[in-house]
Amino acid sequence: MITEPASQTDVRMDGSAGLRGEREATPGSAGRRRERLMVPKADFDSYYGRPVLNEPPWQAHDIAGYLFLGGLAGASSTLAAAAELTGRPRLARVSKVGAMCALGGSLYALIHDLGRPSRFLNMLRVFKVTSPMSVGTWILSAYGPQAGAAAATDVSGLFPGLGRAATVGAGVSGTAVATYTAALICDTAVPAWHEGFREMPFLFAGSSAAAAGGLGMLAAPLSEAAPARRAALLGAAVECAAAARMERRLGALAEPLKRNKLLRFGEVLALAGAVAGITAGRRSRIAAMAAGAALLAGSACTRFGIFQAGMESANDPRYTVQPQRRRLAKERAERDLT
Amino acid sequence: MAFDLEEQLDQSRRVGFFTDTSICIGCKACEVACKEWNHVPDDGLDFTGWSYDNTVGLSADTWRHVAFVEQRKPLGHQESGVGDMDFRWLMASDVCKHCTHAACLDVCPTGSLFRTEFGTVVVQEDICNGCGYCVPACPFGVIGKREESGLAAKCTMCYDRLGAGEEPACAKTCPTDSIQFGDLDELRERAERRLDQVHAAGTTSARLYGHDPNDGVGGTGAMFLLLDEPEVYGLPPDPVVTTRDLPSMWRHVGVAALALLAGVAATAWYGGRK
Repeated sequence: MITEPASQTDVRMDGSAGLRGEREATPGSAGRRRERLMVPKADFDSYYGRPVLNEPPWQAHDIAGYLFLGGLAGASSTLAAAAELTGRPRLARVSKVGAMCALGGSLYALIHDLGRPSRFLNMLRVFKVTSPMSVGTWILSAYGPQAGAAAATDVSGLFPGLGRAATVGAGVSGTAVATYTAALICDTAVPAWHEGFREMPFLFAGSSAAAAGGLGMLAAPLSEAAPARRAALLGAAVECAAAARMERRLGALAEPLKRNKLLRFGEVLALAGAVAGITAGRRSRIAAMAAGAALLAGSACTRFGIFQAGMESANDPRYTVQPQRRRLAKERAERDLT
Repeated sequence: MAFDLEEQLDQSRRVGFFTDTSICIGCKACEVACKEWNHVPDDGLDFTGWSYDNTVGLSADTWRHVAFVEQRKPLGHQESGVGDMDFRWLMASDVCKHCTHAACLDVCPTGSLFRTEFGTVVVQEDICNGCGYCVPACPFGVIGKREESGLAAKCTMCYDRLGAGEEPACAKTCPTDSIQFGDLDELRERAERRLDQVHAAGTTSARLYGHDPNDGVGGTGAMFLLLDEPEVYGLPPDPVVTTRDLPSMWRHVGVAALALLAGVAATAWYGGRK
């Protein structure tokens, strides 16, 4: 509860004094009594309820969209490499082409989000390990050409040796593309993102694998899609387990995550798609395509949900002040004990 | 307050602000002087109804913000003169903290944000590409992204004035010397002395903010004497530079990436063709 932040002056917004309606109030007459809270709400101070943090100037369709597309691209490249090395050329091809399209969307979203898109190459002035965005730029610079070469050589049939090398290279660097985005959002003061940094990389890895598996099931023939089905199941399970662990560990700070409908919907879609894929999706092409679409939609919902929950935690001073207060109280208690 | 030019500009010295809110009169001259000197564009005229504060908070276009808090509490031994009611009116001029461990600077992917020879943190407008990463990185909600230019902007501690041997515009104009500029070590000692003085005068709620080099941001280049908890003024009670946890974040990312590689490989090599 925000403790009486409003000004206690008797002068009203329009400048007039007097006319105080509460003088006419009849105590106890305003409707039925609501259910009483058994645990009193934690009290904290704030400056007129205003957020402590400034809201990230990021558009959901750009940044959450990038979290989804980057994950899809990276994990699809990994799946493509595994498929190619185990003799599943058609799964490899759809995964490579899918990765390249998702990469194109990622780059568009990243550049579109800049205040000065024409200066996007300024990212390549420096390499800073303290900046996940800088590290990510270099990861994408290493991954992008390989993913592009893998798709282009596969589709055109030219330079098969180079294509094989690019496929493996993109497959390995794709895992970094799919997971570094967790550090990207966790390395901020946004409470729900920052405090979730232990589980976020696993949540994103799982969500990426589920999306890549979904794409494989959607576009590859049944006879080759077995790795996609298994990757989707494994990914969805890891994603849900990581989310559950994060929500348990964060305590009160998990509220914005727990009440986020997109996040819940994403989990349901991912699990339903993964289970449908491994059962009906093994026999029916239609079922496989439906399950694949559900997995892709689920991964997108999860990323947008994580994005929304973070924004919500940044915009409410409670989630900034209360965990810091608790930390200070704990430190003080430990100091007093010793 | 004497400000010895030659001493402050010594390369090894770090300069900063000490904002003593106990003598702030809420005149907002600092806000005006900052806007004038730095050509900070207007950011709207809104009536908030929050006491005398219509500035709201720090942002790309507000580099000094005077907070006003009205409380039914006594101020030291003072008689409020409002009948039997206790009353105190807290005013505080907030500004970029120029942290020792500055998250905005750490996360900037272009190197636009840099540490100056005065120990301050400044945005280079010609390098910034408006990625906006510095905005959620700041634990104090200081830096922002300008709509018109698309670039990040915040207090520079009047970098141009420091270079010319002048103190920042806000400190120069402050009529009560609530905003004091100087050598950081000296300001820290002055802040301690002032705290003792204010405590002795009966305002036991006074405390320093940002003066401790062992806090989560390594101490700030702009410290404050506050009369209530930091969050009452909109300041975080225990700010931590987000990059403190970054080594651990990278380790978790590394393990997750390897797990993704191993997991996808396992789905292809184990479990058969069906």
